[in-house]
Amino acid sequence: MPRVITMQQAINEALLQEMERDPTVVVFGEDVVGGSGAPGEDDAWGGPLGVTKGIHGRFPDRILDAPLSEIAFIGAAVGAAASGCRPVAELMFVDFMGVCFDQLLNQAAKLRYMFGGKPRTPLVIRTMYGAGFRAAAQHSQVLYSMFTHVPGLKVVVPATPYDAKGLLIQAIRDDDPVIFFENKVQYTDEGDVPEEPYVVPFGEARFVREGSDVTIVALGRMVTFAEQAAEALAGDGIDCEVIDPRTISPLDEESIYESVENTGRLVVVDESNPRCSLAADIVSLVSQNRFDALKAAPRAVTAPHTPVPFAPVLEDAYIPSVDRIAAAVRDVVEAESRA
Amino acid sequence: MSVTKLGMPKWGMSMSEGKLVAWLVEEGAELTQGMEIAEVETEKINGLVESPAAGVLRRRVAQVGEELPVGALLGVIADASVPDAEIDAFVEEFQASFVPGGSDDDEAGATTTVEAGGRTFRTTRMGSGDETVVLVHGFGGDLTTWLFTQAALAESRTAITLDLPGHGGSSKDVGDGSLATLAAALGDALDALEVERAHLVGHSLGGAVAVELARTQPARVASLVLIASAGLGPEINGEYVEGFLAAESRNQIKPVLQLLFADPAVVTRQLCEDVLKVKRIDGVQGALRAIADQVFPGGRQAIDLAGALAELDVPVLAIWGDADRIVPPAHATALPARARVEVLPGAGHSPMLEAAGDVNRIILEFLG
Repeated sequence: MPRVITMQQAINEALLQEMERDPTVVVFGEDVVGGSGAPGEDDAWGGPLGVTKGIHGRFPDRILDAPLSEIAFIGAAVGAAASGCRPVAELMFVDFMGVCFDQLLNQAAKLRYMFGGKPRTPLVIRTMYGAGFRAAAQHSQVLYSMFTHVPGLKVVVPATPYDAKGLLIQAIRDDDPVIFFENKVQYTDEGDVPEEPYVVPFGEARFVREGSDVTIVALGRMVTFAEQAAEALAGDGIDCEVIDPRTISPLDEESIYESVENTGRLVVVDESNPRCSLAADIVSLVSQNRFDALKAAPRAVTAPHTPVPFAPVLEDAYIPSVDRIAAAVRDVVEAESRA
Repeated sequence: MSVTKLGMPKWGMSMSEGKLVAWLVEEGAELTQGMEIAEVETEKINGLVESPAAGVLRRRVAQVGEELPVGALLGVIADASVPDAEIDAFVEEFQASFVPGGSDDDEAGATTTVEAGGRTFRTTRMGSGDETVVLVHGFGGDLTTWLFTQAALAESRTAITLDLPGHGGSSKDVGDGSLATLAAALGDALDALEVERAHLVGHSLGGAVAVELARTQPARVASLVLIASAGLGPEINGEYVEGFLAAESRNQIKPVLQLLFADPAVVTRQLCEDVLKVKRIDGVQGALRAIADQVFPGGRQAIDLAGALAELDVPVLAIWGDADRIVPPAHATALPARARVEVLPGAGHSPMLEAAGDVNRIILEFLG
């Protein structure tokens, strides 16, 4: 009797269960309560898309609406984490990190390193990413690669409701700063999620599908696309293995190598821009460390090196598609063997 | 003359399709009922398909490598005298009308929960009949241990599986973790399931729990089937118990789970993943630690039920794999003389998974 809930409900449940378990867990961000003080419901909004709805009723003193100043409340979250709380701050859209990046880059990421391991910074930043929401260039970017570049930050990108709940609980219990990416078009995705609290550890990839011809590494929303491509390719006799790293800092390189040693072919699907990206990183790692296992040059399927377009047809064309993934896999399979 | 369908089996609730790995017999081969005729791979585990009837394998319909939904046609069995045209018509009619995922037996074997003694138990029920068989898994396991067993036993009886406290989908509260607590909890669960008296089939720790229940509530145990049971001697593979508790990743748990089987290839990535998913639920680690400290402290068994078993007036069947690397098959010698003992060659600590056909036959014969 597995229980099916949405990604949004899974994240909400993880927050509530951790607040229940640990009184030092606090939540704040813009409109995470939303409407308190106004007539009617106290949390009329419950977050910009309703993810934190219901928390205010249970823990009215531990969820706070923040002023529209990311530098202030993300900075407050870093300070709270360094002084005994476990804050879960919501940076509404990851596109807004420009105004608070110093708090993360130079403060949160470096406190433990610079002060001899004495401070802990058990901070979680939940943030929305991804195109396809018709929200234009400043509310649609996929910026997880920028955080992955920074030593001292952990970066988590769940693809399923099960992983979202387990990874968020793990993030809250982790003593280091964690940036937790939620794709805004995936909130209504459904999946089996246990009712009890549980964790999904960082640095262990999920084998979404096993196969012997091509390894497809995909992240976040791209995992479902990769699965659909693999399903279509199976009809043509191409047997794809799909791997979801789940966390990209730390990255489970070993599982990717294990798979590439078996298949000899690699396609990486990444919704972010292509330069200095997760896709570039994984292609580089495999090329440097498993070159002899490769039968063909690896391929990356990414967004183009442009801002996210507002015109709907262009926005749809911008996001990597099932067809583009399948075409890349066919290219890699058909490439002449170097041997 | 009847024509019998050989279908893709359903092993456990989560199985929706399987892949034909190999045919073990040629078209035209004479089959006896229960003969192993094909190998099928599922996400979790590989298993052998047994012939549902005596006859001749007239058609091998499924091709090796093909992935087919549960219930799909693998082959056709019929007497040699049935004309070919009739076999062809059977295949054609079946293929034209087959709908995957038909709901005819969706209810049977579905997991439900019952509340008993302040705990929630996850349980499944298959079959009907006045006699009830209750299947009790071992340390760190859950009711999916019985995916090859439950349906076979349910053909003429009610067959119930459940998760012990601290395991699978049941409550994680194991109290002091002692055998007495686990057996009392099993008794509570049977009350809630309205099972007054049952045949108990226990694997490993589950065997010891079954014996303890028989000792404390003898009226409710009709017979005991003890598979690679704990509680009959001091030795146990401490590396397994501690390794299982310590493992945090797929690569750590795999060699540990391989100790459960004679053939290490049985342990798939999915099996490792399923075990880890349970271990990562809040409360499981503490529950397993408490049980291990009570029952298997320091790599030895702290429970000795041989004496109690000798005094019980209940039929006993013990089944062991001769390649068991967790609990030595020699522990069977501690059983009372009236007990029936079967040692299966080439099977490890989990014969109900590795030699499912043999185990099912032996249990059914014992139950009569």
